[in-house]
Amino acid sequence: MNLARYRFVLSRPLQLLPVLFGISLITFVLVRSIPGDPARALLGSRSTPDALLKIRAQFGLDQPLWLQYFYFLKNLLKGDLGQSLLYKVDALKLIVTRIEPTLVLVLGSVLLALLIAVPLATVAARRKGGWADNLIRVFTTLGLGMPAFWLGLMLILVLSVQWGLFPVSGYGRTWLDKAHHMVLPCLTIALALSAVLVRNLRASMLMELQADHVTAARARGLSEAAVFRRHVLPNSLVPAVNLLAVNIGWLISGTVVIESLFAIPGIGQLLVRGIFTRDYMVVQGVAMVLACATVLVNFIADVVTVTLDPRVKMQ
Amino acid sequence: MSLLQVRDLSVIASNAGRDVTLVDRVSFDLAEGEILGLVGESGSGKTLACRGLMRLLPSPNLRVQGGAVRLAGQDLLALDDAGMRAVRGGQLGMIFQNPSSHLDPLMRIGEQIAEGIRLHQGASKKEARLQTIEVLRQVGIPDPQARVDNFPHEFSGGMRQRAMIAVALGCNPKVLIADEPTTALDVTVQAQILRLLLDLRDTRGLSIIMITHDLGVVAQTCDAIAVMYAGRLCEHGSKYELLARPQHPYTAGLIDCQPARSSGHALLRTIPGQPPLLDALPPGCRFNPRCPQVGTLCTDVLPEGARVACHYPLGERP
Repeated sequence: MNLARYRFVLSRPLQLLPVLFGISLITFVLVRSIPGDPARALLGSRSTPDALLKIRAQFGLDQPLWLQYFYFLKNLLKGDLGQSLLYKVDALKLIVTRIEPTLVLVLGSVLLALLIAVPLATVAARRKGGWADNLIRVFTTLGLGMPAFWLGLMLILVLSVQWGLFPVSGYGRTWLDKAHHMVLPCLTIALALSAVLVRNLRASMLMELQADHVTAARARGLSEAAVFRRHVLPNSLVPAVNLLAVNIGWLISGTVVIESLFAIPGIGQLLVRGIFTRDYMVVQGVAMVLACATVLVNFIADVVTVTLDPRVKMQ
Repeated sequence: MSLLQVRDLSVIASNAGRDVTLVDRVSFDLAEGEILGLVGESGSGKTLACRGLMRLLPSPNLRVQGGAVRLAGQDLLALDDAGMRAVRGGQLGMIFQNPSSHLDPLMRIGEQIAEGIRLHQGASKKEARLQTIEVLRQVGIPDPQARVDNFPHEFSGGMRQRAMIAVALGCNPKVLIADEPTTALDVTVQAQILRLLLDLRDTRGLSIIMITHDLGVVAQTCDAIAVMYAGRLCEHGSKYELLARPQHPYTAGLIDCQPARSSGHALLRTIPGQPPLLDALPPGCRFNPRCPQVGTLCTDVLPEGARVACHYPLGERP
């Protein structure tokens, strides 16, 4: 293996710094432009002015904005996201406990989406114009057209409420239990994600099936199945990886809806609650974590692309 | 008996219920160790005829019709798909015009060669690798032990063509179909590749069908020449006979068009007119609208003939 091609792995984390700085500034300003007072949200509408002042002083909310931002940055460099206004605990610790369900949700969805998309795209491309191809086209159109919350509700109604196959909501304690709980949420996301992937993969496969090197592979006697597995599939996966990376970025923020729908105690749910309670520190922290995750996903996609395609050079 | 006999091979395109004959009853023979040049303009059907005899047509709308393709006595048109796959690569190898696009960019050169070796010779991974290195050496790749693990983009154009020849040779075919193997290469590399093909003929007894539009290539390498025009074979004979005394006016025209034939100041010569569209062929001989010596039969009757398909061959005129 040619290790020099992976040298970008060392320099890429440095690119994270300007991204994080930008995200910190944007989220800080955005969070504070939400109308409402966090102290009042915390203490309720019948709180005394004295108590409000005390809370504001305790969390530094009475300081000028630029000074608040300065402290936020300073603490951020120390890995301190501040205290949650609502839970009165370290915001970072709070976020860390919520990462696991979201991570399981995202990874599970992507895995499931690939398991659905690759076989479907293969069938559609190899039997182009046949009934299977048309059926798959209907599936992708539906998958693209149906909003996730509605699809999730329908899955709950049919698979959980009517047939009792899966829990309606929640996360579970043991791994087996968790997996059982995550099937429906993952399926909800995977159905939409696989629709995009099937379309992209089918188009690339059709193009590769016509490619010169595939003709050459047939000319040396390879069976159609071997040609597909060894030459068509690897070449069509390269563009799909990038599409997947873009969609995972979108997916990470999309989990907010799914986590709320299925009552999964993940980062998205924390974010929604944080916004409602004006829990500045938590909202800022979640935004930073999601930004990091998106950058990380793109980084992983680059590593995968470099591994799949020997021609690609990063920087 | 010749190694490969092609008899009345036609390739037909059907589009919306209408059939267009792209290759019309082509017949030729190829002896062991013989190099046959299949010459013609773009679109004359030379590539399609060879794809047809490998039963590797580029579109499902195309089909091979009639006749027979006998390779060492076995009729390829009668084989089932699995039987044909064993012939493809194993007995009939093919190399292509553009080596850059005909090698899988994601697969190591060695793996692409080993693929055929393992398939056709049932070699193990280890044996296949040793054979792959040996084949790379035979086609003149320097330092094959290291190069075997390179990817196609790490090779130069000429090296890629050598690699593609190695892919075909790895399967140990009797006949190699070379579809314009030197067109995409620069002149010095062209000569090297032609030299290599000639060497392989001499050392392995390989028979080669060389598809080309370059009479210079034909003159350097081939033993026999078949000239195609608008899907038909119009003249077929040994190289010396055909180049020195062409009998078909089209062959004569082609030879006249060679840049080397024009004197320094004259314009390059051409055959006036365009080849006919295959779905709107002229009645009679397909060359008659461009032919300098049309006779009475030419516009009515399609000429037949194994040596020359012309009603009034050159050199026979009173």
